[in-house]
Amino acid sequence: MIDVVIIGAGPAGLGAAVAAAEHGLQVCVVDEFVKPGGRLLGQLHEEPDGKWVNGIEEAQKLYNQAIGLGVDIRCGISVYDLRKLENTWCVYTTDEMIESKCLLLATGASETPIPIPGWTLPGVMSIGAAQVMGNVHRVKPGEKGIIIGVNVLSVAIARELQLCGVHVESILLPQPGLLAGSAGNPEKMMESLLRLSHLAPSPLIRMGGKWVSPKLGARLFPKNGFKMWGIPIQLRKAALEILGDNQVEGVRMAEVSANGEVLPGTEKTVSADFVCIAGGLTPMAELASVAGCSFCYVPELGGHVPLHNEFMQTNLAGLYIAGNITGVESAKVARAQGKVAGLSMARELKALVYGGNEKLYAAVEEVTETRRNALIQFQPGIEEARKELHRKFDETYKQKLVSI
Amino acid sequence: MNSMRVNHHPVLGDLETHKEIKIYFDGQEYTAYEGDTIASALLASGVRTLRFHEDKETPRGIYCNIGHCFECRVKVDGKKTVRACLTSAENHMQIESCKALSASEVKGGTL
Repeated sequence: MIDVVIIGAGPAGLGAAVAAAEHGLQVCVVDEFVKPGGRLLGQLHEEPDGKWVNGIEEAQKLYNQAIGLGVDIRCGISVYDLRKLENTWCVYTTDEMIESKCLLLATGASETPIPIPGWTLPGVMSIGAAQVMGNVHRVKPGEKGIIIGVNVLSVAIARELQLCGVHVESILLPQPGLLAGSAGNPEKMMESLLRLSHLAPSPLIRMGGKWVSPKLGARLFPKNGFKMWGIPIQLRKAALEILGDNQVEGVRMAEVSANGEVLPGTEKTVSADFVCIAGGLTPMAELASVAGCSFCYVPELGGHVPLHNEFMQTNLAGLYIAGNITGVESAKVARAQGKVAGLSMARELKALVYGGNEKLYAAVEEVTETRRNALIQFQPGIEEARKELHRKFDETYKQKLVSI
Repeated sequence: MNSMRVNHHPVLGDLETHKEIKIYFDGQEYTAYEGDTIASALLASGVRTLRFHEDKETPRGIYCNIGHCFECRVKVDGKKTVRACLTSAENHMQIESCKALSASEVKGGTL
């Protein structure tokens, strides 16, 4: 039996592996993808000082650090079941069953699909799929694309696709309806977009971010959209259907009112050879369900998350979580959370020595700091929502867990 | 061939030279790069349809690219339900698209 198994080799998983291995723990990290790095791999963004952050390089650094500390990293392996014996977690993988004293779930997030007519056609993919194709595999998802779903992620990735030499025709809303949720509502999307305004190259939007109310913004939003990096962002147009016989050939769209109602007589068809659907991210917590964790529904964090405290402990002894499974945030926050989880597991396994507790508390503080300094806020109210979640955890489980 | 590759990138730089390998999809030969997944190798060659829906026979390709949706499932060297987006392309790999099931294979005529 080893000390720690970590599921997910993204920033949270590798961050935790490094922290745990630095305290002498024997750590194994498993990941389904062929390369380590998780969603760090696709990321490419410009910091306010003009420096580009290349996720592939960041991932490589973390990987090298973990390997240097003797962490066993196994890629291309899926986990399909978890079982808890008395003091042992059994992790059933497509390779072999691995037993450990502590288990960390760092499985990240998945994208919420918006099923609109024609979405099963080849050439329709999630926005993240296109990002990985372009930045990691260095394959263009197509020559001319339309992105359905206006949010922080879709606008950022549109820019990345542009850098790959892809023409992004426009970013627009899905047709409002039950399945689109708030993604079809111009006001809600304006609110989301304004959180990105400080990054916008257009001074108009940058300034707008400071004073435009989402309501006013959606109403005043020009019919033909604003342009960011030359890409029209259209909050007053909605995609009604993706067209094509055997693959994507175009999108049928129409103008919508500020409330998202389709305006009759405004329909038109725009050609494209690929379409991305951007429905936002939600924590990927299936394995936490399988393990039997308690859950909480927290919209600010992207959906249902396993109940946990600031030390990344769940209500099940020896089971920890870190990264986007705890709520959708940036890779930097995920990595900081990973460090907390690694140190927490070291504490449980009595490997924290010489001021270890101070280190753990400092790491918890670092998560909050990183969150406050984050360039992109995926949702408003994350900090408050997390505090409330931790309070709920303490209320219910503090007495039951040893050594908190 | 490989016209969909991003050979030059203003931030990530030029695409490094990769060893070329051969893969076969439904009997047709394609060139892939070492390090490709099956999905990226085929997309680079312009192949988007990876399977046909078991019941409706409609064409399907990659959707999530992270192994979550299973839309890209193919048959590899005889093994069923292999996710193209999570599987490394290997030299001489034989990949087959999944076809619609015949009426006799479908329970009660529908899925």
